[in-house]
Amino acid sequence: MTRALALHLGVLRAALRRMFASKLGGLLNILVIGIALSLPAGMYALLQNAQGLVAQLSGTPQISLFLATDAQADDIDALRKQLAAHPAVHGAEFVARERALEQLKQSTGLADVIVGLEKNPLPDAFVVSPKQGNAQALDILRGELAQLPGVELAQLDSAWAYKLEALLEFGHLAVLILAVLLSLALVAVTFNTIRLQILTQRDEIEVSRLIGATDGFIRRPFLYFGAMQGLLGGIMAWAIVTASLLLLNRPLGELSQLYASQFVLHPLSFGDSLSLLLFSLYLGWLGAWLSVARHLSQIEPR
Amino acid sequence: MISFTQVHKRYPGGYEALKGISFDIAEGEMVFLTGHSGAGKSTLLKLIAAIERPNSGSVLVNSQNVGALSGGALPYLRRNLGIIFQDHKLLFDRSVFDNVLLPLQICGFDHRESGKRVRAALDKVGLLKREKTNPIALSGGERQRLCIARAIVNRPAILLADEPTGNLDAAYAQEIMAIFKSFHQVGVTLLISTHDVSVLQDSGVRRLTLKEGVLQ
Ligand SMILES: Nc1ncnc2c1ncn2[C@@H]1O[C@H](COP(=O)(O)OP(=O)(O)OP(=O)(O)O)[C@@H](O)[C@H]1O
Ligand SMILES: [Mg+2]
Repeated sequence: MTRALALHLGVLRAALRRMFASKLGGLLNILVIGIALSLPAGMYALLQNAQGLVAQLSGTPQISLFLATDAQADDIDALRKQLAAHPAVHGAEFVARERALEQLKQSTGLADVIVGLEKNPLPDAFVVSPKQGNAQALDILRGELAQLPGVELAQLDSAWAYKLEALLEFGHLAVLILAVLLSLALVAVTFNTIRLQILTQRDEIEVSRLIGATDGFIRRPFLYFGAMQGLLGGIMAWAIVTASLLLLNRPLGELSQLYASQFVLHPLSFGDSLSLLLFSLYLGWLGAWLSVARHLSQIEPR
Repeated sequence: MISFTQVHKRYPGGYEALKGISFDIAEGEMVFLTGHSGAGKSTLLKLIAAIERPNSGSVLVNSQNVGALSGGALPYLRRNLGIIFQDHKLLFDRSVFDNVLLPLQICGFDHRESGKRVRAALDKVGLLKREKTNPIALSGGERQRLCIARAIVNRPAILLADEPTGNLDAAYAQEIMAIFKSFHQVGVTLLISTHDVSVLQDSGVRRLTLKEGVLQ
């Protein structure tokens, strides 16, 4: 067992030595693979972050009902009763126009502007929490509530979030297509690298066959090489994505402060990182395997 | 140990290189294979290592029909043979040491054991001091001896040598023949092809002579 392991390690070491025998060539290949993989991986990371943001913002969907600015206490009471009786409404909180103004002063940096106003421009409002959270039910409810007497405007607070979510789904599809195409490119790059290696090592392969090497023995260094090159490319991609996200975080932090929110880009999760590395390793191995299957049989000893 | 029965070999293109060859070589025997250039000596040796396959007749090595051997079994046949190729087949991308190491790597020897064996083989052919040299820097005779070292490092029971003294002067040729005799003394079965009859005059060993693909 340990002897078999030592043999495999020996082959692996030889494969790595061969990879870095031509330092520039090896590094360039890894760089190409890394950049190719970092595109879908980076887009995926951004989508994951956007999705996190959407979930955070649209977690509790609410419908705001704005009343006419001249609404009287009677109208408000009547509306409150109607809302409480509505089967799709979970609860409704009344926000008096004075309180709304106060909140506006505190939550944004507009205090100076507001103090300067002659009269309160905000209407009274109800914030309605619906029972059901799906986009379609919310839309129907919003329509119904807009018809109620005294309601001037009914607004679904997270409408944009639902639209964004649909957009993200589209983005995921785009990432998937990109990932498939660039994976093919990675397999092709490895296929060609191994093809060239087999050509330059033609003599060694032929002699090895003549003195009793099994096909497995001949194939192994190429497969290890392909897998290693894929893995190193994957590590490169991971580094590119992580570094880019970290770089983006600083300007993003300043930007999000302007909107009085706290938003940071998270790097790829541990699971996603591991998947990226394993996937790139597998693709490299696959490219090498295909190349070896195609080219080794063409070398027959004489 | 090696047994040919009515072996015919026709190359693609129709040329009949061997016609109805039959002979036996016993275990531990040393036999010379002679004949003019193009007589079929290399072809005969290639049949033993299953580098070429016979068109008819049977080639037995250790009572195994090597002409019918499957691709998967081939490597294990060849590991029991030490082969010295007419065109050397040395690798010029590595040192003398690493050339001799290759058969041991193929058989999966561990590191320390194989280092010892390589040095023992190089010592035997007098190349121990050149182990770090690239074979491109060796003379013809030294390359020939390097081929021998690679063929014997695995301690094969059968040694096949194709023109091991070709293009060498008489002194070198005698030296190499002396090495083969020492293997013969420790029980290795040897089949050595040569067109240089002068090296065998005094030897008194068995001789197979080919002429235009026919055994005389
Ligand atoms: N791969 C091949 N395809 C076609 N013909 C071949 C092939 N190999 C050898 N021959 C022919 O078979 C005949 C015997 O060749 P072989 O190499 O066995 O001769 P040899 O006795 O070893 O000659 P030499 O002493 O020159 O090495 C030659 O005429 C050669 O042209
Ligand atoms: Mg020949």
